[in-house]
Amino acid sequence: MRVSPALAAEVKRLDGFNASACLNCGACTALCPLGYEILPRKMFRLVLLGLEERLMEHAPQIYSCLLCRMCEANCPAGVHIAGNIRALRSVVGRRHLSLRNA
Amino acid sequence: MPLPTATVLGILSDNLSRRGSVLPLSRRAATRWAKGLGIPEGGDTVLYTGHMYQLIPAIDALAGLLARLEDSRLTRLFGLGRFVNRFISLTFFMQLLVSRRKRAQYDAMLRDIAGLLQKAGISFGYLYGEEMYSGTLAYDEGLDDAFGPHARRVAETFQRRGVRRVITVDPHTTHMLHEVYPRFVPGFRLEVQSYLDVLAAAAGEAKAGANGQVVIHDSCVYARYEGVVEAPRVLLRRAGIAVGEPALTGLATHCCGGPAEVLFPGEAHRIALERVAQLTQVGRRITTMCPICLVNLRKAAGDGAEVLDISQVLAAADGGRG
Repeated sequence: MRVSPALAAEVKRLDGFNASACLNCGACTALCPLGYEILPRKMFRLVLLGLEERLMEHAPQIYSCLLCRMCEANCPAGVHIAGNIRALRSVVGRRHLSLRNA
Repeated sequence: MPLPTATVLGILSDNLSRRGSVLPLSRRAATRWAKGLGIPEGGDTVLYTGHMYQLIPAIDALAGLLARLEDSRLTRLFGLGRFVNRFISLTFFMQLLVSRRKRAQYDAMLRDIAGLLQKAGISFGYLYGEEMYSGTLAYDEGLDDAFGPHARRVAETFQRRGVRRVITVDPHTTHMLHEVYPRFVPGFRLEVQSYLDVLAAAAGEAKAGANGQVVIHDSCVYARYEGVVEAPRVLLRRAGIAVGEPALTGLATHCCGGPAEVLFPGEAHRIALERVAQLTQVGRRITTMCPICLVNLRKAAGDGAEVLDISQVLAAADGGRG
């Protein structure tokens, strides 16, 4: 399994990215209207551990998040879940989807 | 095969960088709603549509097309689509798929919003052809390389026209100007208020008599990002309309599914059906306050419920037609 410290470093540089505050309690997963088990706690673990290939297996979940903040309103650790996922999109878009300016 | 995320987002990003909007909109299509309303051009305070209501018919047409392509082998041709779209605006042709009747429906909502503000004695101007798209869809999808420069162009326009206060018409644009632009544009300072807050703060007399009931669907962005929860209720009650509350409401509102519409139309529809089921437990006349919620819930409701924008509900009650 390859570890990519560059991903975690790039994401952490983003304004307000605070996934390391996650307690892994699962309240977010229980409340997510999409019902994806991966969202968002495991996703953040993959980012912080630099497991980029594993993270990219979940690209559809990263992009289907509704950013509705239902999870965030009930997060006991105050993680900016929707903001973190949006920030993750910007990094994943640049690193994997050729989404720099044309 | 699912829709190719990179290609769809690439087209939206290229459009924003090259053509000023995720889906190019002609100047006429963007400003047609204001014709004959006598709104002055520019001014200290402007009504800023952010093009959301005007774009919805084209976004809906695009989503419909993508929904038909989802799980089809034709998705393999998408890579070619992004390349061609850089030179010929393929997405501009989306407007041709939109019926005149549908465009007129969304224009009428903006006319109702302007009319409500005018009747409340609020002074405001409009930037007409100089008004630009806020970039909300690009920001939400993380297309920051395209969004950042676009946000600076929008901010420059407000500054050049001497705008100090903006009245917004939808939750996404409200949040963009309120919270996101200050992070992307150094020194960006505008007073930003939703028309619902502006109307609720204006002195208004309660309307005598009953004007029926609506079930309220709060927008996630208004409720959980902007804290706009009371204003729509104040306005509905003031108009003599009883407000039905679903089990998940206000700060605990359930998403309409709309934000997934472009990339995951199947998921968006599934969530909208779930939300419509929650809302119709309370009543079959539903009101929304965001054009994305409106279009997504309408499609899911079909003939089973009437879904109306709050501007339509308020304007109808104001004219005694409620």
